Amino acid sequence: MRTPLFLLISLAIAAAVFAATIALGNDYVFFAGYVVLQYVVLSTAWNILGGYCGYVNFGTAAFFALGAYSTVAVYKLIEADELPHVVPMPVLMLLGGLVSGVIGLGMGYLTLRLRGAFFSIATLALAVVLETLVVNWDFVGGSRGAYIIRPEEIAPLGNYIRYLFLIMLLLTVAALTIARLIERSRLGYGFATIRDDEMAAEAAGVPTLRLKLIATTISGTLMGMAGAPFPYYIGYLQPDSTFALDYAVNSIAMPLIGGTTSWIGPLIGTLLLGSLQQIITVTISSAVNLLIVGALLVAFVIVAPNGIVGLVHTYLQRKPEDFVGRRRVDADAAEPAP
Amino acid sequence: MSNAGERASAELLRVDNLGKRFGGFVALDDIALNVAPGERLGLIGPNGSGKSTLVNCICGTLRNEQGSVHFDGRKLDGLTAHQRTRLGLARSFQLPRPFGSLSLLDNVRIPLIYTVAARGHHHRAAAEVEEHCIGFLREVGLEAKARQRPRDLTQVEMRKLELARAMASEPKLLIADEAMAGLTHSEIEDILALLVRLNEQGVTVILIEHIMRAVMSFSRRIVVLVSGRKIADGAPDQVMRDPEVERAYLGQ
Amino acid sequence: MFSFDLLINAVVSGILIGGFYAAVTCGVSLAFGILDIVNIAHPAFIILGSYVAYIVNATFGFDPILTAVVMLPAFYVLGAGIYQIYYVSFEKRGQESLRGLAFFFGLLFITEVSLVLYFGVDYRYVDAPYIGPTWHLGYLDVPLRILVPCLVSLILIAALQLVLTRSFIGRAIMAVAQDQLALRLMAVDPIRIKRIAFGISIATASLAGAFLIIIQPVEPSVGRQYIGRVFAICVLGGMGSLPGTVIAAMLIGVVESLTSTFYGPSWAPAVSFGFLLLTLAVRPVGLFGR
Repeated sequence: MRTPLFLLISLAIAAAVFAATIALGNDYVFFAGYVVLQYVVLSTAWNILGGYCGYVNFGTAAFFALGAYSTVAVYKLIEADELPHVVPMPVLMLLGGLVSGVIGLGMGYLTLRLRGAFFSIATLALAVVLETLVVNWDFVGGSRGAYIIRPEEIAPLGNYIRYLFLIMLLLTVAALTIARLIERSRLGYGFATIRDDEMAAEAAGVPTLRLKLIATTISGTLMGMAGAPFPYYIGYLQPDSTFALDYAVNSIAMPLIGGTTSWIGPLIGTLLLGSLQQIITVTISSAVNLLIVGALLVAFVIVAPNGIVGLVHTYLQRKPEDFVGRRRVDADAAEPAP
Repeated sequence: MSNAGERASAELLRVDNLGKRFGGFVALDDIALNVAPGERLGLIGPNGSGKSTLVNCICGTLRNEQGSVHFDGRKLDGLTAHQRTRLGLARSFQLPRPFGSLSLLDNVRIPLIYTVAARGHHHRAAAEVEEHCIGFLREVGLEAKARQRPRDLTQVEMRKLELARAMASEPKLLIADEAMAGLTHSEIEDILALLVRLNEQGVTVILIEHIMRAVMSFSRRIVVLVSGRKIADGAPDQVMRDPEVERAYLGQ
Repeated sequence: MFSFDLLINAVVSGILIGGFYAAVTCGVSLAFGILDIVNIAHPAFIILGSYVAYIVNATFGFDPILTAVVMLPAFYVLGAGIYQIYYVSFEKRGQESLRGLAFFFGLLFITEVSLVLYFGVDYRYVDAPYIGPTWHLGYLDVPLRILVPCLVSLILIAALQLVLTRSFIGRAIMAVAQDQLALRLMAVDPIRIKRIAFGISIATASLAGAFLIIIQPVEPSVGRQYIGRVFAICVLGGMGSLPGTVIAAMLIGVVESLTSTFYGPSWAPAVSFGFLLLTLAVRPVGLFGR
C-alpha cells in the first residue's frame, strides 16, 4: 500500500474515532484516550531508534519533558490567558519538537560513536541532568511546579480537552505514517543493518553515524511534540512526575511487547498494555500497574522476543505482505520479516 | 562492472609503515605494501600473523596508530569504513557477518543502494536493482535461496554470501578474506573462476587464503605475513622457495 | 559564604561517601566493566539488600553489616540464577543489546515495585551503635555512620581485588573478558565463570545495601538515584579496574559534596550524571582505562 493511500485511510480512521468519541458523550473518554494516544506516539518514536536501529533510549521522559517545558516557557513569556489565542497548539508542538530534536541531535553526536550500551547509559544521564536543570530554573516553576490554565472551551468542539484529543490523534497518524514510511524506505534498510551488525553495515557502505543521528533526531522530535500539549492536559506540571522513569518503562515495554520490527507493533503494544493498565489502576492499584508492566516486559523479551506481531506470524505461518513492508520470507520461516 | 573514467595510476593501494598495537601486543609492525591496478595479489601467513588486522586497518574497521594507507591517489587516514567502501574498497569478513534479519536478496541489496547509489553514476529503477542482486547471488550459486534468511544457510553458503555482498558494492579493489575455507574442490574452482572473471573485468583482487593450491594458481604476486611483519613479497615461485618463508610458514 | 571548615568537612565527607560509592559500584565494575553485562538493575538489588538488613535488624536487632555477610550466599545464588536466564535468553541468541537491556530494566521495576507493595513507601532505617555518634577532630566532623561503611567498603574492595588477581577463579574471570576461546581450550567453561562472576556481583549488592541503610534512611525509589552514579563511576574509573573505581568514586563523592555544600543540594544529582556525559563524550575509557 503506497504511503499517500495509507495516510488517507489513517485520517479516515482517525475521523471515525473522533466522531465516535464525541458520540459517547462522556468527556472522560477524551482524557483517557489522550493518554493512550500520547503513548502510541512515544512508543512509535522510541521504536524508530530502539526497534529499528537497536539503540535503547532510557531517556524518553527527558525528550517528552523538553516538549512540555517549552510550552511552559512560552506560556510564561506571553500573557498567560491569551496564550491559546496567540500561539496555536500546533505551533507549540512544532516548537517542542524542535527543542527536543536539537537536544537529541546534540546528545547523539556526543554519544552515538560509542557502543549501544554507553549510549543507553548516557540517555539515563541526560534525563537526570535535564531534570536538575529544570528543578533549578525558577522561570518554569522549579521544583514547585508550574500551573497552566487550560481554556474552558474552544469553538466549535466544545470542551478544550476534545481539541487536545484531536491534536494528539493527528500527531498519532503522523507518527505512524512516518514510522511506516521509514520502514519501507532505503533508510529502513539502513537502520536494519545497524541493528543486525553495525561493523558489516559500515563495510557495506552504510553511513552508520549519520543514520543513527537521523533516527535519534526523528525520535526525539516526535517525543517532544507529544510532550508539548501535556501542560494543558494536566494543568499542573511537576518535574518529579514529568521526568519519571515510568515514561521510559512504558515506551520500552509497549514496542517490545507489541513487536519492534514493524510500525504496527508499538500501536498494538500500546493499545493492549494501555488498556490493561487502565483496568488495573481502576480495579487494583496504580502501583501494581508498574509491576505488571515490568513483569510483562521481562516475560515477553524472554519468551516472545518478536512481540505479539511475532506471535501472530508464527501462528499464521504465512508470507507477510502488506503490513510488514515489502520484504518477504520463505513460507517456512518461523519469524517475521523486518 | 568497473567504473568508467578510472585514472590509470601506478598503485591502486599503497600501504606505508603501517603499525597497529592492541595494548602491549604488536599486531602489525611497519607494513609496506603496493598493489597495482588489475593485480592479483595473494596474502598468506600463519594464523594470528595479522592478515585480518591488516585488512581491517586498510578498510577502516580498525584505526592504525602508525603509517598511512593511500587508495586510488587518496589518503585514507581519518576516513570511516563506509567512506572507504564508497571509494571502491570492498572486503569480505573472515567470519561471515550477514544481516540476520534481512533476506539474502536484501543483504546484497544494501551495498547497491548505499554504496553504488551514493556514487551517483547512474540511477537504477527498483526492478533493475533487484535483477542485479539476483545476479550477484547467481554468481556465487545462492540464487535459489534469495528469499531466505542467513539463519538458514550453511557456513559455506554464508561465506559465499559474504563474497556476493562485497562484489555488490562494485569495488575497484576486492579483498577476499579466507572465503574458501571449508569449500569442496569444485566449489573452490568456482570461486576462483569467479575471482578471475572479476579481475578480467578490471577489479583488483587481494586473496587471503590458506589453501596453497588456490593461492598459487590465482596470484601473480604473493605477500607473506608472519607475526605482524612482512617477510616476503614477490612472484609465487620465488616466494615459495624463500628459506625464511619455508621456515616460518610452509614448514609447519 | 566560604569557610575553611566547610570546605574541609565537605571534602572529607565526600571522600568517605566515595568509599561507600565504591562498594555500590564494584558489582557493576565486575558485571559491566569486565563481563559486558549492562545490569542497570543493580541499584534495585542494593535496595533489596537494604530491606533485608532492615527486616533482620527490626526483628532481631542484628547488626546490618553482619546480616549482609550472612546473606551473601543467598544473593550469590540470586545473581547466578539471573545470569543463567540472561545467558540462555539473550547472550546465546545475540540479543543482549536490546532485549537483554530491557530485561534488566524490567527487573529494576519488578524489584522496586514489589518492595513498594510489600513495605510501602515509608522510609526505613536501622539501629546500630555506630549510627548515632560523630567524632569531632578539631573542626572536622566525622559521623561514624558514614565512616564505618566506608572502611568496610574498602575492605570489601580490597578482598575482591585479591580474589580477582590472585585466585584461579578471579583470573579466569579477568580472562573470560578477553579471550573466551583460550579459556575453553584450557577446559574451563566460560559460561560457568561468568555465572560465578555475576553471582559475586549481586552478592556485593547485599553488603552495599547494608551500607546504604546505615548511612541514610531507605525507601524503594532511592535506587534510581544510584543508576547514573554507579555507571558514571564505573566508566570514569576505567570500566573493570577496581582501584580506578575507588578513586573515581571518591572523586565523584567529593565533587557532589562540594556542590551540595556551596551550591545547594538540588544541584547534586546532576553532578555524577554530568560527569558521565562528559566522560563518555571526551574519554570513554575513563581516567584509568585499559
